[in-house]
Amino acid sequence: MLSLILIASIIMIISFIVMFLASILSKKTLVDREKSSPFECGFDPKSSSRLPFSLHFFLITIIFLIFDVEIALILPMIIIFKFSNMLVWSMTSIIFILILLIGLYHEWNQGMLNWTN
Amino acid sequence: MELILSLIGSLLLVICVLVSVAFLTLLERKVLGYIQIRKGPNKVGLMGIPQPFCDAIKLFTKEQTYPLLSNYLSYYISPIFSLFLSLIVWMCMPFFVKLYSFNLGGLFFLCCTSLGVYTVMVAGWSSNSNYALLGGLRAVAQTISYEVSLALILLSFIILIGSYNFLYFYYYQVYIWFFIILFPMALVWLIISLAETNRTPFDFAEGESELVSGFNVEYSSGGFALIFLAEYASILFMSMLFCVLFLGCDVFNILFYFKLMFISFVFIWVRGTLPRFRYDKLMYLAWKCFLSFSLNYLLFFIGFKILLFSLL
Repeated sequence: MLSLILIASIIMIISFIVMFLASILSKKTLVDREKSSPFECGFDPKSSSRLPFSLHFFLITIIFLIFDVEIALILPMIIIFKFSNMLVWSMTSIIFILILLIGLYHEWNQGMLNWTN
Repeated sequence: MELILSLIGSLLLVICVLVSVAFLTLLERKVLGYIQIRKGPNKVGLMGIPQPFCDAIKLFTKEQTYPLLSNYLSYYISPIFSLFLSLIVWMCMPFFVKLYSFNLGGLFFLCCTSLGVYTVMVAGWSSNSNYALLGGLRAVAQTISYEVSLALILLSFIILIGSYNFLYFYYYQVYIWFFIILFPMALVWLIISLAETNRTPFDFAEGESELVSGFNVEYSSGGFALIFLAEYASILFMSMLFCVLFLGCDVFNILFYFKLMFISFVFIWVRGTLPRFRYDKLMYLAWKCFLSFSLNYLLFFIGFKILLFSLL
């Protein structure tokens, strides 16, 4: 564990050093307004780039959140398998995954997964 | 002593990954060149072999930009963090000695890959450009959607072998590879790993035709180099994982590394062959096809395991 923490910090330091090296070595020229404005084919950006947002991405993230939480619930099942009663384990796991599957089909049926309306 | 040896081993692994990333870019340019009936880089040094080092020097001496109105700290940090994540995930490589080979290596892999989303998102959002934001959003939605099926497929394998330790894949594949027993899952895993690393049929994070270069438009010199390194390190890792899961997992054998090289060649080959997918079709593929596929397979494997144990 200690050596994992150590190697993680070494890797972090390596990547920081690479980035700082690039900052030091890189060619320095004058900073002017046109160069540091956001890239948009030669003209000034018309709208703020942080406002427009498609709601589909948000909805996909919500569905992902549900499935990911359920995956996190499945994760300990494999370890528990060795210590638990066979009947109880099989009943809970099969019912759990059936609920997941039926939930997916329900969302499909309700049209949540359609990207374009 | 144990500590120092494992530190040296993992440091060696990281350095070799970085060098192999450099040569993977050379391989990609060569293969793409021959696919398009031209020679790739062949002028620098002997047959263009030192080309990646020249590229690195060129990239690091380029000018760094300071985009106006950007959140500069997160803009600066996110490439560093993405390189860090795609190097630390290599620590779950299943060696017998002098590396960690966790008991929960599968969990470690899942944690690292799901953290990789944040770096792309932060890089896209903080550079304050329309193209970068759109590329970042697309990459996040795509990576998230494919991650669910990725985790479920990995879980069905883990249910089959009964442990999160990747070393068990070796014990269970001594006589026959999982590639042969579970052929459809291998193909789905390959597609998912293409989508997870934002490779070409699914490279909506940097659709050159509509978004100029996607989430890394505003990056130059060091930041771009780090993003590039991270991307190719994760490609190499995904091909390593493919060999672990499906092609025998015999890490002490030299053939394993040839298999790894072949799978990363397949990644490049796909890039040279297939056109880009359509975004809504990508989402349908993830949610309507792969998710139901992997859930049904998970149910099948649980039933299979229960059957095996009740027969015993």
